[in-house]
Amino acid sequence: MTTSATTSVTTSVTNRNPGRGILLTSGLALALAAVAVPFYWLAVAATHSSQEIFASPPPLLPGGHLLRNLHTLQDSAHFGRVILNSLGIAVVYTLLAGAVCTLAGYGFATYDFRGRELLFGLLMLGLVVPTQVTLVPLFRMMADLQWLDTYQAVIAPNLALPFGIFLMRQSMAALPKELLDSGRMDGCGELRLFWRVALPPMRPALAALGIFLFLYQWNDFVWPLIVLREGTSFTIPVALASLQGLDETDYGAILAGTSIAAVPMAVVFLVLQRHFVSGLLAGAVKE
Amino acid sequence: MTLAPPAPAPARTKAPAARPRRRGRAAPYLFVLPALLLFAAFKLYPIGWSFVMSLHRTVAGVDTYVGADNYTRMLDDPLMWTALRNTGVILAVQVPLMLALATALAVALNSTLLRGRSLFRLGFFLPMVTGLVAYGIVFSVLLNKDYGLVNWLLGQLGIDPVPWLTDGLWARISLGLALTWHYTGYNAVLLLARLQTIPHELYDAASVDGAGAFAAFRHVTLPGLRPALLLTTVLSTIGTLQLFDEPYVLTGGGPDNATLTIGVYLYRNAFTYFDFGYASALAYALTVLIGLLGLLQFRLLGEKP
Repeated sequence: MTTSATTSVTTSVTNRNPGRGILLTSGLALALAAVAVPFYWLAVAATHSSQEIFASPPPLLPGGHLLRNLHTLQDSAHFGRVILNSLGIAVVYTLLAGAVCTLAGYGFATYDFRGRELLFGLLMLGLVVPTQVTLVPLFRMMADLQWLDTYQAVIAPNLALPFGIFLMRQSMAALPKELLDSGRMDGCGELRLFWRVALPPMRPALAALGIFLFLYQWNDFVWPLIVLREGTSFTIPVALASLQGLDETDYGAILAGTSIAAVPMAVVFLVLQRHFVSGLLAGAVKE
Repeated sequence: MTLAPPAPAPARTKAPAARPRRRGRAAPYLFVLPALLLFAAFKLYPIGWSFVMSLHRTVAGVDTYVGADNYTRMLDDPLMWTALRNTGVILAVQVPLMLALATALAVALNSTLLRGRSLFRLGFFLPMVTGLVAYGIVFSVLLNKDYGLVNWLLGQLGIDPVPWLTDGLWARISLGLALTWHYTGYNAVLLLARLQTIPHELYDAASVDGAGAFAAFRHVTLPGLRPALLLTTVLSTIGTLQLFDEPYVLTGGGPDNATLTIGVYLYRNAFTYFDFGYASALAYALTVLIGLLGLLQFRLLGEKP
């Protein structure tokens, strides 16, 4: 075994050094633990009262205060309603934005038409121009439309999400042209072609897009904060931020709410992450 | 062009060449139309409106044209300079450290020596999908000076409590740590995607030439990563210049504006002082800054060796 063979960590076959592997794995495990500690602590703190959380020594194991915390959340922030708001908005947004981005991605990836590059470039402008530029005029637009405190005010402005369109165009570009052309030969209409021929092989990309859109909307904070004014229309992040601003902050309750906010992340992590990361990876590789 | 003339195809009963062709010409536009309409209504139009607004001053709901006043006002606004300086510090210190860390992480995640690779990849990606409010709250409690877990742990080691969020310098450090915690894994995934496209033969050739690990990293890995490094640098720069959520939830821009960013200052002007004109001017200045820095980075990093 030559030393030069072991040194390159990226070569696949030549390495037979178990010591280095164990060292690397345990090093990364330590780093991952540092990343994961806040999540563990969050789950533990959600089951304690404010006093217990700030006691010395701080609690490191689950306590028995979870139901009380949830009760407090419901009493002080209509949290049941807030969860439904968040869920409804995120689901509707995912479906609508998913459709808009997928259709656009397909159009840009598989057709050659006049103005294609110009129009795509225009959409990608949205990635470069900071969101803050549109914040104020969008807020005024929503006020003029009398959309403040409505779900559509949260959902509509971000439906044509540049990143989503970009991701779908990247993925759709992998569709073999012959597949589409042979469909056309068979007299298949354009919409049917999209639905029956183009979409089925796109399932992993669609899953990645769906997860991305859902989490984007679920976590979005600034825009909902601006257009939602009434406690009963709040989404989870807005409600949590409003609770934190109170004079007497009940951290047990807030952290229980924060744990609820983290549930989709846990689901994605446990069930769908494979799809998600590999879907994003596939989109990123072919730049 | 994609619509190859279907003439040679054996014509079925009802498939004349002309019809699908005409339909086909409109089809691409119909596919991209919803996105374009929504984009024009909710992005392009506000972008234009924002510029008009930046030339006005709003008093009691009435707009008065003031020309470039909002832009010249920026130059004499000490808070604007504070925000710019704070953002610059993050850009100069936190972003390079984070990207170096992300590169190391990507190389480690790509190593075949590593056991449980997929678990690690998912784990480090997790902070990225955590909502900003959620982690803002968690960090602000963990870093609480008197009751936080971090200071309690330090106390066990005999270290005095650190004013993580209440002292100017420490608040900046905390902000940097939170940002690093949040985005390192994401950048590592972007870098990893690129790393996987570097051919193994290059490493084999390097080791045949007697290159050590460091030399292989310098002469094979880094050049191969160049496009992804450019992407992550540009994305991090844009993200840092727009930085809002983390300082807003962690420190509110304090203490004494030590963590005030342009994003927070802009938000304050718009939605606390309702000075929409000045906020729009700030937003436009920010756009120009992002454009300039983006171009500069493309110039510096973009050219292929």
